[in-house]
Amino acid sequence: MNLTLKVWRQNGPDDKGHMEIYPVKDINPDMSFLEMMDVLNEELISEGKDPIAFDHDCREGICGMCSMFINGEPHGPERRTTTCQLHMRSFKDGDTIVVEPWRSAAFPVIKDLAVDRAAFDRIQQAGGYVSVNTSGNTIDANAIPVPKQNADKAFNAATCIGCGACVAACKNSSAMLFVSAKVSQYALLPQGKVEAKERVRKMVNQMDLEGFGNCTNTGACEAECPVGISLENIARMNREYLSASLSSAE
Amino acid sequence: MAKSALLGSSLAKKYWMALTGLFLSIFLVVHLAGNLVLLGGQAMAEDFNAYAEFMTTFPLIKIASYLLYASILFHAIDGILLTIQNRKARPVKYHYENPSANSGWASRNMAFLGTVMLLFIVGHMATFWWRMKFGEMPIDAVGQKDLYTVVATYFTTASTAWLHVLLYVVAMIAIGFHLWHGFQSAFQTMGVNHPKYTPVIKKVGYVFSVVIPALFAVIPIYMFITQ
Repeated sequence: MNLTLKVWRQNGPDDKGHMEIYPVKDINPDMSFLEMMDVLNEELISEGKDPIAFDHDCREGICGMCSMFINGEPHGPERRTTTCQLHMRSFKDGDTIVVEPWRSAAFPVIKDLAVDRAAFDRIQQAGGYVSVNTSGNTIDANAIPVPKQNADKAFNAATCIGCGACVAACKNSSAMLFVSAKVSQYALLPQGKVEAKERVRKMVNQMDLEGFGNCTNTGACEAECPVGISLENIARMNREYLSASLSSAE
Repeated sequence: MAKSALLGSSLAKKYWMALTGLFLSIFLVVHLAGNLVLLGGQAMAEDFNAYAEFMTTFPLIKIASYLLYASILFHAIDGILLTIQNRKARPVKYHYENPSANSGWASRNMAFLGTVMLLFIVGHMATFWWRMKFGEMPIDAVGQKDLYTVVATYFTTASTAWLHVLLYVVAMIAIGFHLWHGFQSAFQTMGVNHPKYTPVIKKVGYVFSVVIPALFAVIPIYMFITQ
């Protein structure tokens, strides 16, 4: 396959950045998108040019590290797919592919296609945990009965890999799908109920402080999420937050 | 908490948006019920005028109408604040986007549709509401303010009547698209999302968003055609 890549180049957070065109030749259709980028970078390095910076780690679709806004969609055109699991057979010979970083005020560009997603870590730290005793007398998790339905929903919410595709896809750069998945995975389980009210208020507050936008319920996040986190979680977060705010003394 | 949770937070703004939006949807039904009397033509003009009189003078309706004006203003101002925040959340735009791959047109253009509706409401209230309340009105046979004649003149015999009808229909299309997304979106925002009820809410919303604006639009079109 021969392709034309239009790639965002930005030499650091303060650089204005621009689109640059790269022709790539003899690409194997069974390569992943990241491997195709590797081939391009090898060429750039052999020509003595600066390779394109992009995030990646496990390359198995489970870590959530790879990003890239490809042809107008996060992780490219395929559904339920991370960029490392996107293969070049999804494109046609001669295609022009536009590659950009996630664009959000809360995800500043570090270099080229790599963005800083530490805002997600700070939201998680604000309340995305349960306080359990780990000092030797840990209680067996299975000692508390959990309805199967709730366990399944909590597990589905917990499959969120924190990649940020929801923010990248949302026209408002809203992080509500991510935050709602993290709120839901605990709110649905008895172990998480203890801190549920405090958790949702703290996490939503941190989300607002990070400068993410608001939810318009377009559903773009759900459609683009590589693990299929449902909008049902956002509704759950809205319920949790409403009841927590109404009942709080503050 | 840095901000008052039920006033300043992102979710609070959404709750108010949803609640005022649903209240305004109920108002549309009440408004439409009255307007449909216009289809009775000159024969029912006095009934329409009596209805208009009742709506502008009955104390309980007056209280509801102040709540309505407040809701329109609140919905608009809240919407503007949310839109400003949303724009700020993405200071550098994408070079190429394919939004139709993951979302509907109406859901992405609520602010634009809302602006069209706000402009319409200003014009609409200046034409009818202001005149009914503060302006010079003709008087009908039984001594009521003759709103029927004002409406009929506006949509039939005025020199730009065709333009009035056209603008009205355009505004109704905007309301239709706004409701197409807004109706079910309001329930989602208030946390109502259920495998059994959400599909029903969505269907009711789609029917509501087509039928209500269509019936509104039929009235001036009918008056114009049968003048």
